[in-house]
Amino acid sequence: MSAVFLVLSAFLASAVEMVEALTIVLAAGVARGWRSSLTGVAAATIVLAIIVAALGPALTVVPINALRLVVGGVLLVFGLQWLRKAILRASGFKALHDEQAIFATELASARDAARDGHSGLDWYGFTLSFKGVLLEGLEVAFIVLTFGSAQGSIPLAAAGAAAALLLVAGIGIAVRAPLARVPENTMKFAVGIMLTTFGIFWATEGAGAHWPGSDAALLGVLAFVCAMSAVLVAHLRNRHRALRASGAEA
Amino acid sequence: MNRVKAFGLFWWEFVVGDDWVSAAGVAAAIVATAVVAAAHIAAWWLLPLAVVLVLYLSLRRATSDQTRTQSNR
Repeated sequence: MSAVFLVLSAFLASAVEMVEALTIVLAAGVARGWRSSLTGVAAATIVLAIIVAALGPALTVVPINALRLVVGGVLLVFGLQWLRKAILRASGFKALHDEQAIFATELASARDAARDGHSGLDWYGFTLSFKGVLLEGLEVAFIVLTFGSAQGSIPLAAAGAAAALLLVAGIGIAVRAPLARVPENTMKFAVGIMLTTFGIFWATEGAGAHWPGSDAALLGVLAFVCAMSAVLVAHLRNRHRALRASGAEA
Repeated sequence: MNRVKAFGLFWWEFVVGDDWVSAAGVAAAIVATAVVAAAHIAAWWLLPLAVVLVLYLSLRRATSDQTRTQSNR
């Protein structure tokens, strides 16, 4: 059961980051040419592979409870950040993340930049893609390594991320446009819930407490986080509606 | 030195973001869980409860600016 959760969480979290990277790569490719953009992607992938190869084995030698305490705590802080933003978006207090607008902005600034064609490569296109893939890829690597190591299976978490990569890259090649149709806030909400759930579960175990029902308690924690989020969204929606009504009257 | 600082800032921004108070609240709750568990008292309920409180307060802080602006009109 927790293996399914692990793969699903790594898949969703990685997919969100990959959509963001794809938006940047597509903007660089459309504006500056595909050769430079794809070379940037390849270079960033190599750097990422080196980072993961260096950090991955180091994590497996740390005692599992200490790892769960640190990873659980970090995931909880990280997950609450996602959940907070997703709740604010869902309740209307924060604007929805618009990949279409980000794509347009990236495209405009890429077109405006001066061309510098040393070695047959356009360095602006290369750097834009490289930075986008490296930064978003680092986030994916962080998710895979923390999820995988705390659950004792980096390959399973990597499988989730690989499935996300195949799906996002496949859609990217097929549509060659930003993935604005992906309901991003829904995905981010799901990721926030997963990260917070695993964070609570592992940090509690790492701190030396025991869950009633052992691993099965993960389902209970998931239900608890979902219910808490739903209540908070409903509460903030009502508040937002009341604010708008009082604003219209004034 | 600047690169080390930039690297640290990147991870701080990535993990903690703009709400360090929530991060501190989570850290305090984990310490409390460890203390209660060390005393051989059931402590599994502590962190979920703390998360509700931390998230609620964080959302209240985030929305209070808009609420204040609206009520001052």
